[in-house]
Amino acid sequence: MPPLSIWYTRVATVHLLTGFTIGALMLANKGVAFAPWLWRLRPAHMELLLLGWLVQFAMGVAFWIVPRRWEQPRRGNVIGARIALVLLNAGVVLVVLGSLVQDLPALTAVGRLLELLAALAFVSHIWPRVVGREG
Amino acid sequence: MPPLTRWYVRTALLYLFAALVLGVLRAARVIWQIPGAGVDALYLHLFMVGWITQFIFGFAYWMFPVFSREAPRRSPRLGRVVYVLLNGAILLRALALPVRSLSEGVDWQWVELLSTALLLVACLLFVVNTWGRVRGR
Repeated sequence: MPPLSIWYTRVATVHLLTGFTIGALMLANKGVAFAPWLWRLRPAHMELLLLGWLVQFAMGVAFWIVPRRWEQPRRGNVIGARIALVLLNAGVVLVVLGSLVQDLPALTAVGRLLELLAALAFVSHIWPRVVGREG
Repeated sequence: MPPLTRWYVRTALLYLFAALVLGVLRAARVIWQIPGAGVDALYLHLFMVGWITQFIFGFAYWMFPVFSREAPRRSPRLGRVVYVLLNGAILLRALALPVRSLSEGVDWQWVELLSTALLLVACLLFVVNTWGRVRGR
């Protein structure tokens, strides 16, 4: 597994753990109501698991196993994938913060924009690698 | 990577992009109070079915153990049918959700019903084509 995939996977796992912890607390709160404010964390829970975990994990694994070129550098220009890692996580953090701070919807909008740019950066890297054996 | 997987992965990447564009629109709706009740559902649909499910279908078709020496990926034709049905279902729902929220009184439920039926058949055929490949050496 290349170092960048290790980064993607490890950060994704942190998001998974955080998202599941929030989800478990919300579920527990449904059974025994100990903190009604926990329900406000639902958008953060969804963001962490959908973008932080699923998308990030898929990107990390795709960077690793999608076909490589015969010549060096085998994975082509990886700058797009590196930028995507930074933008995606910045986006997820901003959207999570935006869901917690009710008066700042712009925070969520900026976060979503960063996520969109992350997808664009990742697609710019991976698209030329989605090929068959013949290249 | 077989040609069908390339189709799956590239289409999935396009849906990821489309879903994240809708994500920006969702956030903008809150700031500028823009109407559009179908956006949330469409965002989740494109994200979970168009991106995640399609990406997994494509990679499973490519990476799972071979079915047999003669038919390593079992039925490529069935794989293509699944791709067409899945994307037909996604596009029908993508069409029905916003139109339904904008045009009150018009019955768009049959389009959603058809979309759901296509999705179900696509999933069923995917399972049929993949089941025999889920095994060890």
